[in-house]
Amino acid sequence: MATTSEPGASLIGASVKRKEDQRFITGKGRYTDDVTLPGQTYAAFVRSPHANATINRIDASAALAMPGVHAVLTGADMQAAGVNPIPPGWLHPGIKIAEFRALAVGRVSHVGNAVAVVIAASPSIARDAADLVDVDYTDHPAVADAVAALAAGAPQVHPDAPGNVVFNWQLGDAAAVDAAMAGAKSVVRQHLVNQRLIANAIEPRASLANYDAAADELTLYVTSQNPHVHRLIMGAFVLGIPEHKFRVIAPDVGGGFGSKIFIYPEECVVAWASKTLGRPVKWTATRSESFLTDAHGRDHSTDVEMAFDDAGTIVALRVKTVANLGAYLTLFAPAVPTYLYGTLMSGQYNIPAIHVDVTAAYTNTTPVDAYRGAGRPEATYALERTMDVAARQLGLDPAELRRRNLIAPDAFPFQTAVALQYDSGNYEPALDKALALIDYPARRAEQAAGRAAGTHIGIGLSAYIEACGLAPSHIVGSLGAQAGLYESGVVRIHPTGKVTVLTGSHSHGQGHETTFAQIVAQELGCTIDDVEIVHGDTGRVPFGMGTYGSRSGAVGGAALFGSLQKVKDKGRRIAAHLLEAAPEDVDFAGGNFFVKGSPSRTKSFAEVSLAAYLAHNLPPDMEPGLEATTFFNPSNFVFPFGVHIAIVEVDTETGHVTLQRYLAVDDFGNVINPMIVDGQLHGGIAQGAAQALWEGAQYDSNGQLLTGSMMNYGLPKAAFLPMFETDRTVTPSPVNPLGVKGAGEAGTIASTAAVANAVLDALSPFGITHLDMPLTPARIWSAIHGSHGGN
Amino acid sequence: MTEINVSVNGRGHTRDVEPRTLLVHFLREALGLTGTHVGCDTSQCGACTVLLDGRGVKSCTVLAVQANGGEITTIEGLATDGVLHPLQAAFRETHGLQCGFCTPGMILSAVDLLARNPSPSEREIRHGLEGNLCRCTGYQNIVKAVQHAAHTMAGGASAVAGD
Repeated sequence: MATTSEPGASLIGASVKRKEDQRFITGKGRYTDDVTLPGQTYAAFVRSPHANATINRIDASAALAMPGVHAVLTGADMQAAGVNPIPPGWLHPGIKIAEFRALAVGRVSHVGNAVAVVIAASPSIARDAADLVDVDYTDHPAVADAVAALAAGAPQVHPDAPGNVVFNWQLGDAAAVDAAMAGAKSVVRQHLVNQRLIANAIEPRASLANYDAAADELTLYVTSQNPHVHRLIMGAFVLGIPEHKFRVIAPDVGGGFGSKIFIYPEECVVAWASKTLGRPVKWTATRSESFLTDAHGRDHSTDVEMAFDDAGTIVALRVKTVANLGAYLTLFAPAVPTYLYGTLMSGQYNIPAIHVDVTAAYTNTTPVDAYRGAGRPEATYALERTMDVAARQLGLDPAELRRRNLIAPDAFPFQTAVALQYDSGNYEPALDKALALIDYPARRAEQAAGRAAGTHIGIGLSAYIEACGLAPSHIVGSLGAQAGLYESGVVRIHPTGKVTVLTGSHSHGQGHETTFAQIVAQELGCTIDDVEIVHGDTGRVPFGMGTYGSRSGAVGGAALFGSLQKVKDKGRRIAAHLLEAAPEDVDFAGGNFFVKGSPSRTKSFAEVSLAAYLAHNLPPDMEPGLEATTFFNPSNFVFPFGVHIAIVEVDTETGHVTLQRYLAVDDFGNVINPMIVDGQLHGGIAQGAAQALWEGAQYDSNGQLLTGSMMNYGLPKAAFLPMFETDRTVTPSPVNPLGVKGAGEAGTIASTAAVANAVLDALSPFGITHLDMPLTPARIWSAIHGSHGGN
Repeated sequence: MTEINVSVNGRGHTRDVEPRTLLVHFLREALGLTGTHVGCDTSQCGACTVLLDGRGVKSCTVLAVQANGGEITTIEGLATDGVLHPLQAAFRETHGLQCGFCTPGMILSAVDLLARNPSPSEREIRHGLEGNLCRCTGYQNIVKAVQHAAHTMAGGASAVAGD
C-alpha cells in the first residue's frame, strides 16, 4: 500500500496518501444514518410553518391512531419530564438569552421550529403521521432582517429581549479613533452587507439513540464535530444524564463546516425519546430540514470608516456592525460576531486606533452561528473590501496601499489595537510572492488592453490573517466561554510496539487518520500502518473539545506530540536500564534507542515496549506499561496569513462573472501533509468564492426562507470553478511544538474579498464603486445598465 | 406491496416493496448497501448516483419498482475480485475526496462520464459532473481523479502529475 512508509523517512511535510480513503471509495464508510440497531424506530418532526406564532393546541389523535405509531411527544412532555432548554456556550455581560427548547413550548420563533415529534416503526409511517398532527397557531408579524428588528416598533421575537437586542459589544479605544478621524487627511466610508449563508455539508444531520435499560446507559450516534461537547452539554445541562452513563459516538461525518458543532434540538429529542420509550430512535434530516434548521452563517450589516494620512497610512478604523443571530442562541453564536470578528480587525496592518461596535439581534429566522471561518471571513471582508474602496478613492494601486500598511517583520510579537497579540508573521514576502506568481504588472497591462477592446477583466487582492488553533483556555474563559479550549491526546503503545492514539479532535474530512499517524510515525520511527487513530467516541477517548476553528493540528496535534515525547522519555529510561547506560547517554533515532557513540548497543522501540509490559526488568520504582496522556492548552492562538489574488472576467452584456484564475499564497507554518492542506484550501476557496458570486440565504418579510433547497440556493458546481493555484511561505508558529498553524478555514476567509474585489475592479469603468454580494448576473447587469444605480 | 426482481452488483434479489419506495431506500434499507448516500431531496446533489443498466441514475429519483428487471451497480460492486476500479484508485491517488460522503455518487457519475467520453477535456469533466455536488474539495482533485482514471483506462501509466 502507498500508505506504508519506510522507517526513518521524513514524514512531516510528505504528501502521504490518506489511510481513510480505502473505506470511502469502496462504500464502507460508516456514517450515522448507516447504523441500524435491532428494534429501531424512526422520528419525524412536526415543524412550524410560521416564523412567529403562538401555539394554541396540538392534537395528535389522528397520528396516534395510525398503525405503527409508538408515540407523539411535545415540548410540554419534555418540560414535564424535566428536560432543560439548550444553553449557549458563550456569554457576554448583559446578554439576553431566549429559552431554546428542543420542542417549542407555547410559541414558535422561526419557520422550521420543532413543535412535536412522532416516533414510529418506519420512516414513512413517522412522516405520514407527522403530517396528521394538527397544530393550531395564532400567527404574529415577524421580522427576518436584523436592522429592521432593531428599529422602533419592530415585531418582538422574544418578550424578554426588549428591542430584539441580544447584546451590544464593543472593543477598542473609541476616543482615540474619534481623535484620529478628526485629524485625518481622508476618511473612506463604506456600507457592507455580509449575507447569510447555509453550510450545506453534503451529509444531512442525523442521530440515533439507544437506551440500554439493563445498564442504565444511553448511547447516541450523532453527526458531531465534537462528541465530548455534545455529551457534556446534553448530559449535564439538557437531559440530566451523567457522563459515565452517556456515550456519544460521532462516526464518519460527511462534512461539517461548523454546522455540526452545535447541540441541536433533534438529537436532544431522539436521546430523550429513546430513554422514554425504551427503544432505539433514529432521525435523519431531509435536505429541506437542513436548510431550515442547520445553523446558518454570517449575516452582518456593517459600516466601515477607515481614516488615512496623506501618505496613505491608515490612522484609524471604526467598524459598526449589526449581527443577525436568528431566533435562538446556539453554542458559539455570541462569540462569532465578537471575539472571532472584532479582534481580527487589524488584519495584516499596523492600525494604531480601532473601535468595533457590534449589536446582535434576535430575528424570526434560523439561528446563526459559526460557519467555516466564523467571524474571521466577515472581518476580512470588511477590512479587505474597504482597502480596495480606499485604494480607488486615494488613487493608489490596491497592492501598494496594502504594502504601505503592513506590520513590519521586526514588530512581532505584535500587539494590535483590538486585543490580540500576533505571535509571528512576515507579511511582505507573501505579498511579493503572490504578485510575482500572478505577474501582477502583466495582468494590469492585460486589463488595460482588454478595456480598450471591450473586455472587462478584474483583479482582486485579499491579504488576510486569521486567529485559529482555538484557543488559550484562560483567555477564552475570561471572555465568557463556558469551557476551556485545550485538547487531549493519548498515545498507547502496545507490547509489540504498535500504537493506538486516542484523540479528542474529530475528523469529518480533515484526514487526521493520516496526518496524526504521520506525526506518530515520524516521532517513533514506525510506519503509519503501525498506528491507529481513534476519534469520535466518548467511550474510547478520555476527553476532547473537537474540531473547528482550524484547531486540530495546532492543539490536537500538539497534545499528541506531547504524549509521544512522554512515551519516548519512558522508553529511553527503560532502554538505558537494559543497556546499562545513563538515560542521558541514550539517543533515539530510526525507531531504535542506542548508546551515544556506541551504535551497536541498541534496543528497538518494539523491544522496549515489550520490556515495559513484561516488567521483568524495569528501573526501580518504574510502573509497567507504556502509555501517556497529554492535555495541550495553547498559550496563544496561531495566526496563519497570506495573500490571495482572483482574476475574473465580467460579461457586461449578461452580467455573468467567470472566475478565470485564483492564486493563493499562504503561510500555515510547518505543513504536515501538503496534499491534504492544499485540498482543504481548494474547498475553502470554493466556499468563499461562492459567497462572493452565488450563495445567499433569502427570507421574505414574513420570515419564510425563499432559498430552502439546492434548487434555489447557489452551491458551486464543478463547472463554476477554475483550477486553483497554491503556494506558500513558511513562518513556523512558536506556540506549539510542531510549529503548525491552521489551514482548514483560510481559503474561505481570504477568498470572498479577493473575488468580490476582482468583480468590482472589473466594473470600475462603469463608475460602480461597490455592490453587495452575491454578485449575481442580475445584480451586475442592473448596476451596469443603471436600473439600480451604481452603488 | 409489489414484487420486484433486480440484480445488484451481480446478485439477484426478489423483494416485495411499497410502490412508493425509492431505489436508494431499497438499496440502503432492504439490501443494507449503505455506500449509496442520500444528500438532498430535490435530485441536486447526486450522492445517490448508481448505475442502472450501465447508465448513471440518481437513485433518489427512481422508484424501486422502475428498476424491476434491471441490473444495478453500486459503489460496493465497482471493484472486481478485490481490485479497485481505476476511478476508485484515482480518487485515492489524487486526493479526490475528503469527508467521503459525495464520493460514491461522484465515482459512479464519473464511470458513466468516461463510458460516454473516454478522453474528456477538463471542461467536459467539469460539465459532465454538474449533477454531483461536493462541498469539501472545490472539485479540483475530483477533476484530476477523472483525468487520471481516463489516462489509466486508456492504457497509460498510472502516475499522476503533481500540482
